Amino acid sequence: MSRRLLVLIPYLWLTALFLVPFIIVLKISLSDYAISIPPYTPQLDIAGGWAAVKDFFTALDLENYWFLTEDDLYWKAYLSSLQIAALSTLFTLIVAFPIAYGMANAPDHWRPTLLMLVILPFWTSFLIRIYAWIGILSNDGFLNQLLQWIGLTSEPLTILNTNVAVYIGIVYAYLPFMVLPIYSTLEKLDGSLLEAAQDLGCSRTSAFWLVTVRLAKPGIIAGCFLVFIPALGEFVIPSLLGGSDTLMIGKVLWEEFFSNRDWPVASAVAIILLILLIVPIVLFQRNEQAQREADQ
Amino acid sequence: MVNDTAFAPWDDPQAKPLIRFDGVTKTFGNFTAIDDIDLTIYPKEFFALLGPSGCGKTTLMRMLAGFEETTKGTITIDGQNMAGVPANKRAVNMMFQSYALFPHLSVADNLAFGLKRSDMPKSEIQGRVDEMLRLVQLQKFAKRKPHQLSGGQKQRVALARALAKAPKLLLLDEPLGALDKKLRQETQFELMDIQEKTGTTFVIVTHDQEEAMTVASRIAVMDNGKIIQVDTPDRIYEVPNSVYVADFIGDVNTIEGTVSAISGENAELTWGDDTPALRATTSADLTVGNSAAFVIRPEKVAISTTEPDRHNRVQGAVEDIAYLGNLSTYFVRLPNGTLIKAQTANDRRLSQRSITWEDPVWLSWSDTAGIVLRG
Repeated sequence: MSRRLLVLIPYLWLTALFLVPFIIVLKISLSDYAISIPPYTPQLDIAGGWAAVKDFFTALDLENYWFLTEDDLYWKAYLSSLQIAALSTLFTLIVAFPIAYGMANAPDHWRPTLLMLVILPFWTSFLIRIYAWIGILSNDGFLNQLLQWIGLTSEPLTILNTNVAVYIGIVYAYLPFMVLPIYSTLEKLDGSLLEAAQDLGCSRTSAFWLVTVRLAKPGIIAGCFLVFIPALGEFVIPSLLGGSDTLMIGKVLWEEFFSNRDWPVASAVAIILLILLIVPIVLFQRNEQAQREADQ
Repeated sequence: MVNDTAFAPWDDPQAKPLIRFDGVTKTFGNFTAIDDIDLTIYPKEFFALLGPSGCGKTTLMRMLAGFEETTKGTITIDGQNMAGVPANKRAVNMMFQSYALFPHLSVADNLAFGLKRSDMPKSEIQGRVDEMLRLVQLQKFAKRKPHQLSGGQKQRVALARALAKAPKLLLLDEPLGALDKKLRQETQFELMDIQEKTGTTFVIVTHDQEEAMTVASRIAVMDNGKIIQVDTPDRIYEVPNSVYVADFIGDVNTIEGTVSAISGENAELTWGDDTPALRATTSADLTVGNSAAFVIRPEKVAISTTEPDRHNRVQGAVEDIAYLGNLSTYFVRLPNGTLIKAQTANDRRLSQRSITWEDPVWLSWSDTAGIVLRG
């Protein structure tokens, strides 16, 4: 009995913090825009009795979802977000793997320090760290000053307010989420497996691919999802570092809510985003499950 | 060890060794792991490297596998100098102490791993894998992943994988260390059986002297990066060349003394003031007056309540008795304080034992039971 109560706690939280808000957003996405407070109609009027509730449900429709297909801004934003999220996940992986590999092969007494350094950025506000990149990437920022000083370029490079800055921002912000799961799989790797592979005829390079990378796969997959999922709906980085032509669904969502004050369309955008994310989240869960089974 | 009399290539000056260490030294920084070793190992030998941890036996094996380079000297395998030849280019395979089975591959894929990286045609790989599975009797487990196997099964997969490429030389790093005692004893005989069937030269690293004695055709006893003695198990036990080897292999009584007479292989050793000189054999280069050590195995010391008719006899009192079931070891204190162990088989029930604590007893042994070594 007490065990059931214990299981109930996460379900209660899930209901309160996910299911209820989700139903509210779903409801708003089926409503119509109105100049009122709150800015949509119909409103549920329980005091009006059964007839009012019935009226409320008949007034809900899928109009906003149709609207999303009519204006190409939305599907372009979704596609562009997918592309930016996927590419930045790849870049993060390319940067993170050598870091994780280096950490896992570092002397034992160094590892806690290195781990600490990876987590250290979390001690500063995310927003401040992204603002700091403006100072680095702007035309007269540190990076351009450095490049000009060592003579690599004569003109400052325009990085800030382009997609390049968005990629840099995402790779930077999500790096720890890629490094940590890869590190944890590499750290467990038995060094004698590599020797066994070499003993059985592999060169160092092929042993690396066949053993190290292959056995780090669960960590790589976990890291990719941990970066891809939040990057897809990322809003702060594209709005601070991206330009006017940086199209990301998080930004569109924000503009619908706060510039247009069109809550129903914004809610529809959010619901579609959620549906898009369900696929990778389910895949992520499966990967975790498979790894748990393999670890037994 | 049926073949021992027939199989002795180390005594045959015509025999061509498979492995040759010539003045091999290996240092790690200031630490000398291997100190100027010369060693030859012959084809089809089951050769054991035995010693306490840190004696350099694992380093010696890793140099054969190609994981460590020599600092000085040369290693030759089958006539080829191994300097600069990486592990993947050597006809040597290794069975790792941790087994090092690839966790993401099935048993069959683990066995096929090395074959896929050899020039064996694809069509023959499956057949070879089946053959290896049969050799270690794991046909039923071909599709299992390593984590679904017991320790003994993993051990056999590791052995089969290392043998799959039919190496000239198989290295075994504490192959039975992770098994419990009973399984270990069974597996020792299985190992010998497989070694004989495949005709592969085995070099085994172990710290377990019983294991080395059971499986090996010859044993190299190592200490501090040096090889102290290389010999057959019976000679290592019966004719150790130093107190270190005598003490490391099995149990031993050591008495320090001075050589008082020597003629050929027979030596006499005086010890203490009022005790008669001990007679024993020796192969050490000793002269009268040298300080030396007399060593004798406890099972070669007879214990009796009446005075025996033998030259080598001492009197003492039983201080302690270690009852091991099949054997009993008596700890006898001599008047001058020396403690001597005597071991007897318990061929009678315990209640009929005639000797007990504090009893005055005689210890005796034949003139050839003990040996005299340089002190």
